[in-house]
Amino acid sequence: MAKHPPESESERRSGEQSAQASEANQPLLGRVSRRSFLSHLGAASIAATAPPLLASASPAPPVQEEAASVEGATAITLRVNGKDHRLQVDPRTTLLDCLRENLNLPGTKKGCDHGQCGACTVHVNGRRINSCLTFAVAHSDDEITTIEGIGQLDHLHPMQAAFVEHDGYQCGYCTSGQIMSAVALLKEPVGPTDEDVKQGMYGNICRCGAYSNIVAAVQYVRRQA
Amino acid sequence: MDAFKFSKVTTLDRAVQAAAKSPTAQQGAEVRLLAGGTTLIDLMKLTVERPKEVVDINGLPLDKIEATSSGGLIIGALARNSDVAHHPTVQRDYAVLSQALLSGASPQLRNMATTAGNLLQRTRCVYFRDTAHACNKREPGTGCSAIDGHNRMLAILGTSKDCIATNPSDQNVALTALEATIQIQGTKGQRSVPIHDFYLLPGSTPHIETVLEPGDVITSVTLPAPAAGSRSLYLKLRDRAAYEFALASAAIVVKVNGGKIQHARVALGGVGTRPWRSLEAEKALQGHTADAATFRKAAEVALKDAHPASENAFKVELSKRCLIRALTMSTKTA
Repeated sequence: MAKHPPESESERRSGEQSAQASEANQPLLGRVSRRSFLSHLGAASIAATAPPLLASASPAPPVQEEAASVEGATAITLRVNGKDHRLQVDPRTTLLDCLRENLNLPGTKKGCDHGQCGACTVHVNGRRINSCLTFAVAHSDDEITTIEGIGQLDHLHPMQAAFVEHDGYQCGYCTSGQIMSAVALLKEPVGPTDEDVKQGMYGNICRCGAYSNIVAAVQYVRRQA
Repeated sequence: MDAFKFSKVTTLDRAVQAAAKSPTAQQGAEVRLLAGGTTLIDLMKLTVERPKEVVDINGLPLDKIEATSSGGLIIGALARNSDVAHHPTVQRDYAVLSQALLSGASPQLRNMATTAGNLLQRTRCVYFRDTAHACNKREPGTGCSAIDGHNRMLAILGTSKDCIATNPSDQNVALTALEATIQIQGTKGQRSVPIHDFYLLPGSTPHIETVLEPGDVITSVTLPAPAAGSRSLYLKLRDRAAYEFALASAAIVVKVNGGKIQHARVALGGVGTRPWRSLEAEKALQGHTADAATFRKAAEVALKDAHPASENAFKVELSKRCLIRALTMSTKTA
C-alpha cells in the first residue's frame, strides 16, 4: 500500500503561508478575484454593524478570532492543517460550513449537504469523513486535514499530481473530495484491483463521469509505493 | 435547523442523566445523544429531529471490540462501523456482519457511524423525511402519505394501516441473524435486550420504534459464540451496485452436515418495518436437505404474510429469490 512521504518543515511552512494568504483574502495571482472582491464587500458590512470591539478591524476579516455576534455562539479551538484557530461558532455550524465560511478554506465543497455525495470529504484524525454531517463544536480535540493541507501549488501531493496527469476531473467540483478520499484510501485495507478501488471510492460521486480516470490516478499512486 | 444547547460528556452516568431529561427517547426527543451524527444531523437539517439539547458522547470509553468469556464477541456501542467490518474476529467468525456493514453507506459514513447509532438508524421514507407531508411516525395522528403515495422502497412485512416505513439498516439484519443482545444502561441500572425484542412493529404507534426509555444509553452489543462449523453470508439486492439501500436483503447463518441443514438463522432486510427474523423459514430449513426445493419452501413461508403496497409488490418475489440465492451461496460445497 502506498504511503505519502512525511511533510518537510519547509513544506509545512509554505503550506501555512499560502493558507494565511488565502485567509487574508489576498489574491494569489496578483489580480483581484471574484472571491476576494465579494469577501471584501461582506467584511465591510460586518465591520460597519459589529460592536465597538471590531471598529478598528481591517476590511479583510481576521480568521484566527471572530467576535461573538451570534446568540448561542460557542468558543472553540479547531486544529486545521496543523494550525490552531480560535473561533466563536453557533453549535449548528457543520464542520463543512465552518471550514468554508468561518475559516475561509473553500477547497472543501458542498455537494448535497446530506452525506450522499462525498464532495465534503476531509480527514479527521487521519480518517476520511463527510464534513457536512458533523458539527464543528464537536471537533475541538481533533486534527482536521483539508485539501488545502495536503499539498500546495508549487508542491503537489502525489495524488493531486496523479489526478492532473491522468485527467481525473472535468468541472473539478467533486475533485477535492475525491482526492481526500483517495489519500485516505492509501492507508486502508483495499485490495489491489481496479474493482477494489471502485469499491473503496464509491462514496464520492462525479457528475461529469471522470471515474475511470480517477481510478487510474489512484492506482498509479498506489503502484508507486 | 433549530437552535440547541451543545455539551460533551465523558462518563456514562452523565450521559444517562442528560438523556433522562427528555420526556421520550423516541420521535420528538428533546435530548439527543450525538455519536457519529450521520442520522441525527441529517434529520436535524430536515427539521425532522428537533432536540433542544445535543450531548456529544464520543468521549465515552465504549469503542472496544473484545472476546467474551463464553467465546462470543462484545462490540462497544461507539465502535465505528468500519472498525467492526474490518475486525479480524468479525471477518472470521461473523462474516455476515462484516459483509452487511461493508454493503452499506460509504467508507466516509462508515468511519463516522457507530454500532449503536446504526441500531437506531431511521427510515428513509420520503414522507417521514419531508415535514411538508403527513406522517404518523413523525407527527402521530396526521396520517400516512406513503400508503397512497410513493412506496416502492417501503415495507411488505410488519406493516399497519398507519405506517409502512422500512427499517433500512444492513447491520441490524445481520445482528438479528446472529441473535445479538443489546446492553443498555438506564436510570434504573443495566439491562440486556435480545435484538429480536428491541424493535417494535409500527401498529398504531409508529412513532415508537424501540423499547428505549428516557435515560437509556446503549453501551454494547454482544454476539454469542459462533455455532461450530457454521457459515454466514449477507446478500443485498438494490438498484445500484453501491451506495444505495436494499430493495431486499438476506442474512443467513447456516450449518450443513451430510447434506442436511443442522442449524439455520434467517433475517430479511429491505422488506420489514423492522429487521425481519424469519422463524418460519428457519423451521422449514432445520433438519431438511440443503437443496433448491427446501430453499423455495423456506422462501414461500418467509413471505407468506407479505402485504405489499401499490408500488412494491415486486419485493415479494424479489425477497424470496434473494433468500433462495443466499441459502444456495452459503450452503455451496467447494
